[in-house]
Amino acid sequence: MSDHDQIARPPTHSQQIIDKGFRWLCNVFVWMSVLLVAFIVLRTSVAAVPAMRQYGFRFLSGTTWDPQTGQYSILPEIWGTLYTSLLALIIGTAFGLAAAVFLSEGFLGQFVFAILKAFRLDTRPALRTLPDNADALLKNLIELLAAIPSVVYGLWGLFVVIPFIRPACNWLNLKLGWIPLFGTTLSGPGVLPAVIVLSIMILPTITAISRDALVAVPPKLRAAAYGLGATRWETVLAVIIPTASRGIAGAVILAFGRALGETMALAMLVGNANRISISLFSPANTLAALLANNFPEAGPKQVSVLMFAALVLLGITLFVNIIGSVILQKASGAVEGGRERV
Amino acid sequence: MNNITSERQLVQYPVEPLPNPFSDVDFAKLEKSLLRPRTLINHLLSLLTAVMTLLALIPLFSVIIRLVWRGGQNLSMSVFTQLPPTPLEQGGGFGNAIVGTLIMVVLAMLISVPIGVLSGIYLAQAKIESSLASSVRFSAKVLTGFPSILAGVFAYVVIVRATGGYSAVAGAIALSILMLPTIILTAEEAIRMVPAKMKEAAIGMGATSTQTVWMVLLPTALPGILTGVMLAVARAAGETAPLLFTALFSNYWLGTIGHVDLMQPTASLAVLIYNFAGMPFENQVNLAWTAALVLVMLVLITNLIGQAFSRKQINE
Repeated sequence: MSDHDQIARPPTHSQQIIDKGFRWLCNVFVWMSVLLVAFIVLRTSVAAVPAMRQYGFRFLSGTTWDPQTGQYSILPEIWGTLYTSLLALIIGTAFGLAAAVFLSEGFLGQFVFAILKAFRLDTRPALRTLPDNADALLKNLIELLAAIPSVVYGLWGLFVVIPFIRPACNWLNLKLGWIPLFGTTLSGPGVLPAVIVLSIMILPTITAISRDALVAVPPKLRAAAYGLGATRWETVLAVIIPTASRGIAGAVILAFGRALGETMALAMLVGNANRISISLFSPANTLAALLANNFPEAGPKQVSVLMFAALVLLGITLFVNIIGSVILQKASGAVEGGRERV
Repeated sequence: MNNITSERQLVQYPVEPLPNPFSDVDFAKLEKSLLRPRTLINHLLSLLTAVMTLLALIPLFSVIIRLVWRGGQNLSMSVFTQLPPTPLEQGGGFGNAIVGTLIMVVLAMLISVPIGVLSGIYLAQAKIESSLASSVRFSAKVLTGFPSILAGVFAYVVIVRATGGYSAVAGAIALSILMLPTIILTAEEAIRMVPAKMKEAAIGMGATSTQTVWMVLLPTALPGILTGVMLAVARAAGETAPLLFTALFSNYWLGTIGHVDLMQPTASLAVLIYNFAGMPFENQVNLAWTAALVLVMLVLITNLIGQAFSRKQINE
């Protein structure tokens, strides 16, 4: 063996065969993951066909859900899904965007630095990284909100949020009951507790994605605004947020998709009442909660009906998610130096 | 030059004093003053965002405090080893639910990790503008926002109906659908971060692309891939909706040691919390809180392990 210490050599025949096999396997798995969405849609639609034949469009426009007579329709659930998600989106966006600006502008770090400076501690080596660490800690805490399972939020909503807000809600109903929003009393589960918990659950999504969009705004834009004499908030509101608006819009739409599909917290908190009401304190129902509550003890005929409801939910969420993903993809291409968020 | 000018008679022109350019500037107005609407609004908005950020964090602390306070009361060794209690029964635990959650999450990992990592390898090797790769990437992104209950519906149609009963396998398949997109996207990113010269060196030595992947790319990208897997596991462990009508629930163990039957209804922590939260019996509600505490600890520890891996990747 003269070339004993030579490492480079062409692949042997068996290695080439293994290589071909591995590439083939990768290809198969890639196709599997790309066809998964299509397969899910297909199988759910096929399972929903009997109910589609029987009920047709009436299923979407009627308001009764009665297993005794076999009358099924889901307009109240569609209304409840959209109503709770939109309200949660409004609250979640307000707080999530505020947190994103607070994080991306490094307010907390500057605050910590100012305190350190006031005590003349800002040059101590041990404390020099403290402002950055404070910002990182805050970011992690907000991300921690997303790590808590939704069923735990449901439990918390049931035993903490509802008792906490009930007196205020019933007072509002007593004093301002003529406003349709406060038209009923809160007897337990209802729209408002569901909306509060839902908005907490979508907040981390909004904050994380819009923070990325805000951070990706080129620094020279900010510098230019400061150079023209703008205050910090004039810069934020007139330059930074408009530049990052696409990313923020994508974040909001993806969060909307999350809210529409969220199941457990709503199944526990929304009250599962088949009614359409604009009152914040009235119980309602959502598509996902309907599935969660009725599926386990559904007979074969009802399963087909529930499949139809699942298909409607699938259609709405896929539509919203695809729009959100497209907007985000365009946003990451539009902002120079912006990195694509996974 | 100097001589010439000094010999000449210098003509004195009347010099008008320059107007003071700052005469119409009110310097007091340039001072930063809280009395001016601009600065006042600036500070008020800063304060407002600070307050809103703090308010957004209150639920987190409230949840954690409640969990420790109400869940911690019942925390003892017996909750890990005993079966769920009937109403009004003293003691009891959720040992079978912990085992069930672990088994289903591990099964889901066995399904989704190979598919996800190999897809990630394909994506990282493919050209960035390749249409198959971008459609995989796009569908993975769409799947990350996929309602978890629909994964359960799908597993119900495909597995529960076909096998004729609720089972741990059906639950695991529903969970694996939810884990897949996270694993694909993080694996791709981790493999893309491997320096190109390492890959080129391997190819230059005559390695096939399979050898390059197994001996260079995967070992280098391992911390990043594990981060993705851990995040996916943390998410799956807390999921309830996909298990409600795939694994259902069970009040009993999944078999005896050495003989585990995966084709029967299986308990999980998340479903136990859901079932017991709605019960009117104090002991079951208390157990739901304890189970929630254990579940959150499990999820947080998994998350922390994942973050530790990602720090390792950054340091390298």
